[in-house]
Amino acid sequence: MFCLYMCGMTFLKAISQDARHFQIMTLSALLLVLLFWSDFAPDPKIIALTAGATLAMQFIFFKALKIPSNDYRSPLITALSLALLFKTNLIWLYPLVGAVAMASKFLIRVNNKHLFNPANAGIVLMLVLLPTHAWVSPGQWGNEIWLGFALISLAAIVLNKAGRADTALFFLGSWIALLMARALWLGDPLSIPIHNLQSGALLIFAFFMISDPMTTPNNRAMRFVFALCVAVVAYILQYVFQVREAIFYALFAVCMVTPLLDYLFKNEAYRWSRT
Amino acid sequence: MMKLLIALMGLAVMMPTSAQAFCGFYVAKADASLFNEASKVVISRHEDRTVMTMANDFKGDTKDFAIVIPVPTAVKKSQVNVGDIKVIDHLDAYTAPRLVEYFDNDPCQQIYRREMMMKNSMAPMAMSDSAGASSAKALGVTIEDSYTVGEYDILILSAKQSDGLNQWLNQEGYKMPKGASKVLKSYIKQDMKFFVAKVNLKKFEKSGYSFLRPLQVAYESAKFMLPVRLGTLNSKGYQELLLFTLTKNGRVEPTNYRTTKIPTGMDIPLYVADEFGEFYKAMFKTAVEKEKMKTVMLEYAWDMAWCDPCAADPLPRKDLRGLGAWWIDDAVDQQPIGRPVSRRIMQPQGGPLNAFVTRMHVRYNADTFPEEIMLQTTDDRENFQGRYVLRHPFKGKAQCEAAGEYYDGLKKRFDKEAKTLANLTGWDVNDIRRKMEKNGQSFDIKEAIKNEPWWEDMWNK
Repeated sequence: MFCLYMCGMTFLKAISQDARHFQIMTLSALLLVLLFWSDFAPDPKIIALTAGATLAMQFIFFKALKIPSNDYRSPLITALSLALLFKTNLIWLYPLVGAVAMASKFLIRVNNKHLFNPANAGIVLMLVLLPTHAWVSPGQWGNEIWLGFALISLAAIVLNKAGRADTALFFLGSWIALLMARALWLGDPLSIPIHNLQSGALLIFAFFMISDPMTTPNNRAMRFVFALCVAVVAYILQYVFQVREAIFYALFAVCMVTPLLDYLFKNEAYRWSRT
Repeated sequence: MMKLLIALMGLAVMMPTSAQAFCGFYVAKADASLFNEASKVVISRHEDRTVMTMANDFKGDTKDFAIVIPVPTAVKKSQVNVGDIKVIDHLDAYTAPRLVEYFDNDPCQQIYRREMMMKNSMAPMAMSDSAGASSAKALGVTIEDSYTVGEYDILILSAKQSDGLNQWLNQEGYKMPKGASKVLKSYIKQDMKFFVAKVNLKKFEKSGYSFLRPLQVAYESAKFMLPVRLGTLNSKGYQELLLFTLTKNGRVEPTNYRTTKIPTGMDIPLYVADEFGEFYKAMFKTAVEKEKMKTVMLEYAWDMAWCDPCAADPLPRKDLRGLGAWWIDDAVDQQPIGRPVSRRIMQPQGGPLNAFVTRMHVRYNADTFPEEIMLQTTDDRENFQGRYVLRHPFKGKAQCEAAGEYYDGLKKRFDKEAKTLANLTGWDVNDIRRKMEKNGQSFDIKEAIKNEPWWEDMWNK
């Protein structure tokens, strides 16, 4: 009993210590559920290849840049996000997308912050460079998983006292508003926008990509502007240009103005660990 | 960013009587001898070029039928064609779930196998008479184009207001289902045009066909979707749709609904060969119900260049082109036709075919499928088929030590087959067992053989 209690406490401590622990746990759980439940789940081999590539890339860059750290959390989150979202029929593209994602983190930097969320950058670059071989399958989630995932993600926000998770909520709020407005304008029943929101890909995007504290503006008001812009750009891409991966392109595009927002509204940059 | 598309959506309307939705493409009489067999749609798509072929199993009077399909762009006469139902049926048979038979060796020797397939049949669709343009303008409806293709009179409409469009269609004799106006409004705001077709009775009589042939529409648009909303409007039950896609790249998948593969690869009792149609229906029903009716079932995904086993003869290139696979070169048609039924494994030949077929089966209503089925082409070329195995036990007399083990194993195997079938179909396992016994799959086969008179198979009588 005591042992259980101690294990539980250690676990909770680890989770509350760094938001990324909870993220890794959530993403892994999601991946496990998909592995057992979906007919189109990623092959474990693919997960291993992607994670191997992101971890190796992080290690190489740390060595090259002589950074005295061996952090495994960020590359793991990137690999798990990629495994959940990115699809290709070319097996070597999985480690490549992992490597490209991590490389973008070290190579594309402004003001000592990386410009793009690594997983998002990896996905967008592959979609642009190899459009016929790369895709995202947003339809592999059922309602139950979606609901569970949504609850866990929300719990994550509360647990972590909303480090930068406000961006996720700003984005989801804007996105929901846009979809509802569209339904009202078209005279569609609300079941349509509600069905549209029940996408696992949307949740991964909201809670693990757009809310990446390193790539969002440092100022809270600007984070709201940032999230709103992503939602609007994504809406236009999706409904006017019929782009299926609209949210990913939108984030990629809007991230390019983050340095400008940071320049205009100076705040302290985010640091991961709070201990 | 460049994966763009368009699509149509349809609703057909039964003219004089009240209307019921049928598989998203037409609306027909509620109480008629019209059973919702699967309506079949073939979408061929590469880049933004899309060809949609629609066939419904319409069994009513041809003059009573009409169809309204929302289309993303105005469609000219040259973009419309009347297709051949046989080709769609052929594609259906080719991609249908299949039975494979294996024959056990003499346990004391070896194998051969044979395939069988099942065919579902289907029939075409129909429509009715032409319309007057006079009041159209007053109602805000613009007749963008009107022409006759084959036995169909076709109108391309655009409208400013759904009420006007609904009223005009009703005036012209199309019984629009309740709630149609709302859905039409949504389409009008999305700048869709409406493709309205009905049967030109004179041409139809002249054509000598006894059924209505499938309509084909070619268009170029970023929208890649299957409009299903109109079709669910006034039908209480589920709609059944078989959606076939032909692409150059790979499998097509919905982006806003989950895809589930139908169960495949199981050993099932031998008597199922005689009721494979029933088995398919029950198996599908059980599978979608397990998913709470919320998924699109994948039944077949395969490179068209080969099949193993082939459930029907491969489709000639010219037929694939006819279905809209415009990128296929039909100059050389080297595909073998009419191969023997007993062994149909076709290897890639005649040069690369570059066509990948996906067969999706959807049972839907407005609750489970509230919005259009949005689609995307993926590069997934992994083959998948619904395949069920019949294993015939060795019929001769085996006399060796291994034989004892073999016969012992049979009883277990039969029982497993019975349970598998019960799981797949929801049928009662004891009924299954009884049918198996009746069909010679005795659970006490060892006993049965033991009790057989020793002279019974001495002279091979």
